[in-house]
Amino acid sequence: MKEPANIEPARSTARRPPVRGFDPLGWVRRNLFSSPLNGLLTLAGIYAVWLAGSAVIDWAIVRAVFAGKDGSACAAPGTGACWAFVAAKFDQFIYGRYPEPERLRVDLTMLLGVIGLAGLMIPAVPRKGWFAAYFLFVFPVIAFYLLTGAGFGMVPVETERWGGLMVTLIVAIVGIVASFPVAVLLAIGRRSRLPFVRWASIGFIEMVRGVPLITMLFMASVMLPLFLPDGVTFDKLLRALIGVALFQGAYLAEVIRGGLQAIPRGQYEAADALGLSYPQKIGLIVMPQALKLVIPGIVNSFIALFKDTSLVLIIGLFDLLGIVQQAVSSDAAWFSPSTPLTGYVFAGFVFWVFCFGMSRYAQWMERRLSGGERR
Amino acid sequence: MVGDGERRISRGGFSGGIRNLAYDPAARGIALQILLVLAIAAIGLEIVSNAVSNLARQGITSGFGFLNHTSGFDISQKLIAYANTSTYARAFWVGLLNTLLVAALGIMLSTVIGFAVGIARLSSNWLIARLAGLYVEVLRNIPPLLMLFAFYFAVLKALPAPRESIVLPLSSYLNVRGLTVPKPMLEAGAGYVGIAFVLALVLAAIIAGWARRLQLATGKTFPTLWTGMALIVFLPAIAFFAAGQPVQFDTPQLGRFNVMGGLTLLPELVALTLGLSLYTAAFIAEIVRSGIVGVPKGQKEASAALGLNERQTMRLVVIPQAMRIIIPPLTNQYLNLTKNSSLAVAIGYPDLVSVFAGTVLNQTNQAIEVIVIVMAVYLFISVVTSLLMNWFNARMALVER
Repeated sequence: MKEPANIEPARSTARRPPVRGFDPLGWVRRNLFSSPLNGLLTLAGIYAVWLAGSAVIDWAIVRAVFAGKDGSACAAPGTGACWAFVAAKFDQFIYGRYPEPERLRVDLTMLLGVIGLAGLMIPAVPRKGWFAAYFLFVFPVIAFYLLTGAGFGMVPVETERWGGLMVTLIVAIVGIVASFPVAVLLAIGRRSRLPFVRWASIGFIEMVRGVPLITMLFMASVMLPLFLPDGVTFDKLLRALIGVALFQGAYLAEVIRGGLQAIPRGQYEAADALGLSYPQKIGLIVMPQALKLVIPGIVNSFIALFKDTSLVLIIGLFDLLGIVQQAVSSDAAWFSPSTPLTGYVFAGFVFWVFCFGMSRYAQWMERRLSGGERR
Repeated sequence: MVGDGERRISRGGFSGGIRNLAYDPAARGIALQILLVLAIAAIGLEIVSNAVSNLARQGITSGFGFLNHTSGFDISQKLIAYANTSTYARAFWVGLLNTLLVAALGIMLSTVIGFAVGIARLSSNWLIARLAGLYVEVLRNIPPLLMLFAFYFAVLKALPAPRESIVLPLSSYLNVRGLTVPKPMLEAGAGYVGIAFVLALVLAAIIAGWARRLQLATGKTFPTLWTGMALIVFLPAIAFFAAGQPVQFDTPQLGRFNVMGGLTLLPELVALTLGLSLYTAAFIAEIVRSGIVGVPKGQKEASAALGLNERQTMRLVVIPQAMRIIIPPLTNQYLNLTKNSSLAVAIGYPDLVSVFAGTVLNQTNQAIEVIVIVMAVYLFISVVTSLLMNWFNARMALVER
């Protein structure tokens, strides 16, 4: 009988053992030049990186102006980034027109906020409940008094003078903190067995999610005053905060609903079997588990909110982007061809650092949480 | 539980009945709902009465009658006939069409960029994958409004005056007043090209159906895609030349002070389309990537085991399944892009929000009516899209045994 062809021993030639450890040439061949098309793509990619990279370095460093008293320093044609402008306006970009002697109060508020946030966000820190209570209930009160200066012998600072990164952070943090209870109630309401509660929740959520944030802000800034009794007026910033909180509440409610849906029926039934009331069942059994599941989702919706805060400039508030826009468009002393792009690049970088950092945090949290599931 | 409560009520007299009623979940549910209805009604009543008295004090007559008044303002870009003697209702349609125009352009451009970047991110080429990753991580973490400002104020507004226009290929000119491109002018006979195009589409559909039946019956495959593409390209081309080239282009000329002729796209439109598309494309790229990654590895192995080559595996096994994952979040992104097009108001592109919640609101002071109209339009678009999406999902859902 004939041997099957595939076991002819003489056919196989000796091959070198696979390389162990790092093999740079092999890596390049495998990952960059695995086929003629890939080789071409790599070369095109290198060329593009070289073009873009050299243009960026040329603009941001080589041709950039780092020092100067006003726009004349950057007025020469062919000037790159006008970093002198950012340096001169830096304080304004952070605090807006907040009076200079009082800016320590803003710094203190930021420090207190960072302490609360760090306690909440770093898993190794114990007593999360205390930190949550501090951040949700104590810190907002302290921050309110510190920033407005109402009472305690501080100099009052009206909100028209607030601006810059400070307003961006205030809108984002108040937006998330104020929208949280709204969102929890809406999420529970949407899953309620009571038809009217359910339909009211669905109606609100879908209505808000169906319209752009700008229209919500317009509504808060021009319609809200009409709905209030004569003589009652709201601060412009407060009106924007109400609009943002309602908007964010609807989106956050959908995130939390995702978590609620992931809780097995058995948990509800076990709570019923223990004789817990409905608020106890939701508050002690279901919601803590659901919220833990959706931490990454909450962070992601916070990132979206953080980017959306820039929209408040449309109703006349000066957040970071608003104050940069104002500085590049209407500050005659710093007028130069390269000022606008420099300002936008700076603002973009600040937004990017915050959003990128938070998205990395969300990814890390997600891995951590799913690691716990697997065990 | 309910039955138990009822039994006790009937036995326990009046006071016990009330106490038991308070512990009865069904009764508490009804009471809670009544309270909610009352609360919403009370807030609504308060709002309406305040609004009525505020409007009366400011001397504003409410109602939608203002829509028939003369608008008295100009709009820089109009797809339908409009002048400052037209009504507010006409201005509404102009704004709505401008919104839909920028949404349509943005959806097309962002889909192309997003799919390209998403696929590049999965490339086996390390450098290409990294560059695509860089694109996504940079662009999705910057506010879209900032990108609009950067494109509009820092790039397009810094372009040279019309006299020193940048000359682009295809006799297009780019200057501070916008992008001027050749304008196609249809002449007599252009209709034949259109007819040929429709005919090609119908023929391609018929061939696709026939090829499908052929494959089901005999297992033979037919290059449907290539045939269809050839039909769609060549039939109109033949008709074009047979009808004596009925489409002429009005090529723009560089004049002394301005570019003459052609079709000028406003810088606002260019900035808005570019900004929204680049931003949304970063999200679409992630959706595309996760869709392709989401197809289980076993599917690829199974198709390899069936003897399909790599391209067939992609076209027949991976992409159809990936599309099922991709399309729902993709629609969401399209909706987001449409809603984000309202950022137009910040750079002065005359979209619905800019025309209506901006100019019309300032002129008429009809805050409630104007905001309600604008919100209703976006709500209508969202609801229609999500209904279509539900229908599509129901059709595409995996039919399990």
